[in-house]
Amino acid sequence: MAEYKLNTPLTDADIEQLKAGDVVFLTGTIHSARDAAHKKLFELLDAGKELPFELEGSAIYYVGPSPAPPGRPIGSAGPTTSYRMDTYAPRLHALGMKASIGKGKRNDEVKAAMKEHKGVYFGATGGAGALLSNSIVESTVIAFEELGPEAIRAMKVKDFPLLVINDCHGGELYVKPKLDTAE
Amino acid sequence: MRDIQYSDVVEAVAAMCIKANTELPADVRNKFEQAMAEETSPSAKEVLRQLLENADLSLETKLPLCQDCGLAVYFVEVGDDCRVVGGNLREAIDEGTRKGYADGYLRKSACDPLTRANTGDGTPAIVHFDMVPGDKLKIAYMAKGGGAENMSRVTMLAPAQGWEGIKKFVVNRVAEAGPNPCPPTVIGVGIGGTFEHAAKIAKRGLLRTLDDTHPDPEIAAKEKELEEAINALGIGPMGLGGKTTVLGVKITMEPCHLASLPLAVNVQCHSQRHEEVEL
Repeated sequence: MAEYKLNTPLTDADIEQLKAGDVVFLTGTIHSARDAAHKKLFELLDAGKELPFELEGSAIYYVGPSPAPPGRPIGSAGPTTSYRMDTYAPRLHALGMKASIGKGKRNDEVKAAMKEHKGVYFGATGGAGALLSNSIVESTVIAFEELGPEAIRAMKVKDFPLLVINDCHGGELYVKPKLDTAE
Repeated sequence: MRDIQYSDVVEAVAAMCIKANTELPADVRNKFEQAMAEETSPSAKEVLRQLLENADLSLETKLPLCQDCGLAVYFVEVGDDCRVVGGNLREAIDEGTRKGYADGYLRKSACDPLTRANTGDGTPAIVHFDMVPGDKLKIAYMAKGGGAENMSRVTMLAPAQGWEGIKKFVVNRVAEAGPNPCPPTVIGVGIGGTFEHAAKIAKRGLLRTLDDTHPDPEIAAKEKELEEAINALGIGPMGLGGKTTVLGVKITMEPCHLASLPLAVNVQCHSQRHEEVEL
């Protein structure tokens, strides 16, 4: 398992070298978006309008941070469970999104989209929100302020610690539970 | 009749919200350390190491342990011989929640189910009241994060399915949830009562500390049996593999209708945030 330092925007070459289990320290600008923000992004897409940030090479972080206390750029900022964004991820990959960051399983459609469009799914440690906030040096709300914790933020990150969960070659890091029968 | 001031309830509730969200309970920290010693997989050890570092950082900076500061859930025991004066108890709990979530820079996660518009202040809280003998007011708070709560289930088994059916459902549910609810989790199992009561007692069980043993030795043995069966799944911390999939299993069992076997599985994330206060 290799370790990489990558910068945004991410390129096809960045993504192709990654394998499930690799550690990545990401630097640059990433954007927060979760359930409600994705819904609004899709309304913009369907109306043929411009999105509030450039999708090409982008990394979307599924996070709804806690409010920033005085003297800090952001509050706690760990990943939310990703499957709720599975409906949206394939189309965003097709439009240029390179990476999503969250925790938990993705469905087959998302995995297929990552294969087809050279995308990657990164995991960050769930519940380590205080620790992860240390890698976020700046955070600005750039769209949908009315959504509060779910607004879209541009976040400047430095050496944000990530684990490759699904790579673009079909590799996956999550273990299959040792169980004989399904529910 | 003992009088308890409305404002004292507000302050106590606010303080609990902040403490539970920023201080990892000692029993959870001990379990993390114990699990770290037992785990052999490097990724399992690394996740646990990060969680301990996260807890230290929260204590130092007062940042919440997790950005999801939960929906505020309370279990309240009201003594027959006490009353709240200066306002209504339910309102005091909501006001304390508003204050705690604002003063502690906690994330407000309550929203309209359909429009998804955030209520903006973390309320309404979910409050369960019980009347008990005595002149004390006991309030237990739990920060219930959405990721773990979404993996919870209620089902109505047939009585013939018995313990084997219960065990199968619980283990399968945890297997199905996999990495989603932030393992290692704590599993509250409610057996009996009615449809809604099973869910309530499953959640109430999560208020127990991790190192306690159920007072009924037969139920204690069943908790152990479930814990071992779940850990044998090999899901491990954050689903990356390992021996620690659960930190504990807490069973609460109550009588039910002779035609029914209600069962609820309430999943709680690894930080198991809760606090209690007695007024």
